[in-house]
Amino acid sequence: MKGNVYFRRYWQLYALLVLPLAYFIVFKYGPMWGVQIAFKDFNFFQGITGSEWIGFDAFREVFRMDDFYRTLRNTIVLNLLDLLVSFPAPLVLAILLYELKVVWFKKLSQTILYIPHFISWVIIGGIVYQVFGTQSGMINNVLTSIGFQAIPFLTDKNDWVITYLLTGVWQSAGWGTILYLAALTGINRELFEAAEVDGAGRMKRIWHITIPGMKTTIATLLIINLGNMITIGFDRPYVIGNVAVRDYSDVLSTFVYRIGMESGQYTLATVVGLFQAVVGLIFVLGANYASKKLTDESIM
Amino acid sequence: MSERTANRTFDIVTTILVAVAVLLCLAPFIHILSISFSSNRAITSGEVTLFPVDFNLKAYGKVFSDMSMIRSLGFTVMLTVITTVLSMLMTMIAAYPLTKKNLKGRKTIMFMIVVTMFFSGGIIPEYILVRDLHLLNNMWSLILPGLISPFYLIILISFFNGIPESLGEAAEIDGSSQFGTLIRIVLPLSLPVLATLSLFYGVGRWNGFQDTLMYIQNPDLFPLQLKLYQMIQNNMVSELSRLEGASGAKITPEGLKAASVIFATVPILLVYPWLQRYFVSGVMLGAVKG
Repeated sequence: MKGNVYFRRYWQLYALLVLPLAYFIVFKYGPMWGVQIAFKDFNFFQGITGSEWIGFDAFREVFRMDDFYRTLRNTIVLNLLDLLVSFPAPLVLAILLYELKVVWFKKLSQTILYIPHFISWVIIGGIVYQVFGTQSGMINNVLTSIGFQAIPFLTDKNDWVITYLLTGVWQSAGWGTILYLAALTGINRELFEAAEVDGAGRMKRIWHITIPGMKTTIATLLIINLGNMITIGFDRPYVIGNVAVRDYSDVLSTFVYRIGMESGQYTLATVVGLFQAVVGLIFVLGANYASKKLTDESIM
Repeated sequence: MSERTANRTFDIVTTILVAVAVLLCLAPFIHILSISFSSNRAITSGEVTLFPVDFNLKAYGKVFSDMSMIRSLGFTVMLTVITTVLSMLMTMIAAYPLTKKNLKGRKTIMFMIVVTMFFSGGIIPEYILVRDLHLLNNMWSLILPGLISPFYLIILISFFNGIPESLGEAAEIDGSSQFGTLIRIVLPLSLPVLATLSLFYGVGRWNGFQDTLMYIQNPDLFPLQLKLYQMIQNNMVSELSRLEGASGAKITPEGLKAASVIFATVPILLVYPWLQRYFVSGVMLGAVKG
């Protein structure tokens, strides 16, 4: 009867869990079950179970595709460059914000700096076009009016990468300061006073107190970023990319969309998606392991 | 240089640097805003940078007289509200039981949920699932697949865990049911984090794009982002065709595009300041504990 008592006390909790669990089973585990498409000659009429097994044939085909290696390279290169450019930006910004003494100005700046994070990539794409466009973009208008050559930000491959990176900084630098500022609130103010008494200038205090105060956060975020090297969002490269720069803008997620949704090669697209998911998982687990070793803090 | 002047200089320099960052952050918005208020002639001749030239409201007149645009806005608002409400409901009812340490099977369920944060079937199996459920070209295809974010769920669980257990126990002794405790004690104490997660769910749906591209073909069900994307895409095509000396792409006038971008951004800018003080603390909570 013990079980009965337990159940009488807790049935409501299980009742609450029914719908959420159903959600996870259908919409999260359902697609995991559907991953078998990667090993099948998938055909809509026969469905997932009815389609014929083909083993690793589709994998062999994918690993023979030049496009696969190109998108893999682009994914990693764009992520690495993004890390190089976008990672230090919020750090510097957080230090500057932390040093501000005028409270209203600090609050106002933060409010404004967070906004781009809440703007969709589609809208950023629209803004990018108006700002960086070759014919009528703001920057090129200014450049040509003072006698310079227009820069083909959107249509030249190398210039496009710069556009891609700059929009990343613009979108995320402000938002990225939140975690650093959170870490900085934990610093004991007395440290600064003591340093001042010892004659340390502002730069010295930043170097010896502020930056060490963010050390764990920096390390953790760096590791998370490295763990995400192979995953890349769809919206940003898809919206900002275009046919002229496809050699550089086509990444794994847009590649999966293109061969799956546009060309209807479901099996091949699932293979690429599965590759990305498995390699991504290995990266994330590796990052978590590294994080545990280095900072005593696990991400999970 | 005396120490005081050094300090003053330092303060001035940091203030200027932050001000520059803020301006760089705002400049694209101001530019788009000016474009939306300028005449087509001024825009195409490149006269507009940070201030409107030939101020007029024609572009907005067009946006607001375009019924499909208004309908799309209405649909997106409705979609966002429904998604936010349902997502929050589901996240709350999932989080509460999972804070009970002696709930049998809790660890297994947690593990099941955490797994989905790191591994997923990918977009093709998701698409096939949505298709098999007959949800293509149906607004539920944009609501159901992302109903619960495991990440937000874990943030909520850790927040609930911070509420003293004795409060719930006291209520239970007083005869409160589990539902009662959740509604009368736990939720009222969690308002900041509930507001944060609502904002995140809402903004996520408002800005969502890839799923609309995959699941919606019927123009009557185009959310704003998809509509905007098509306008912008036309632009890219025209830019490229000009480059190659060809033409024929349908070009949306710049002013109209700018006005549409503003039109789709304003709603977020309206709710954002009200929720900001909550989400800053909410994010920090997620960062420290999650």
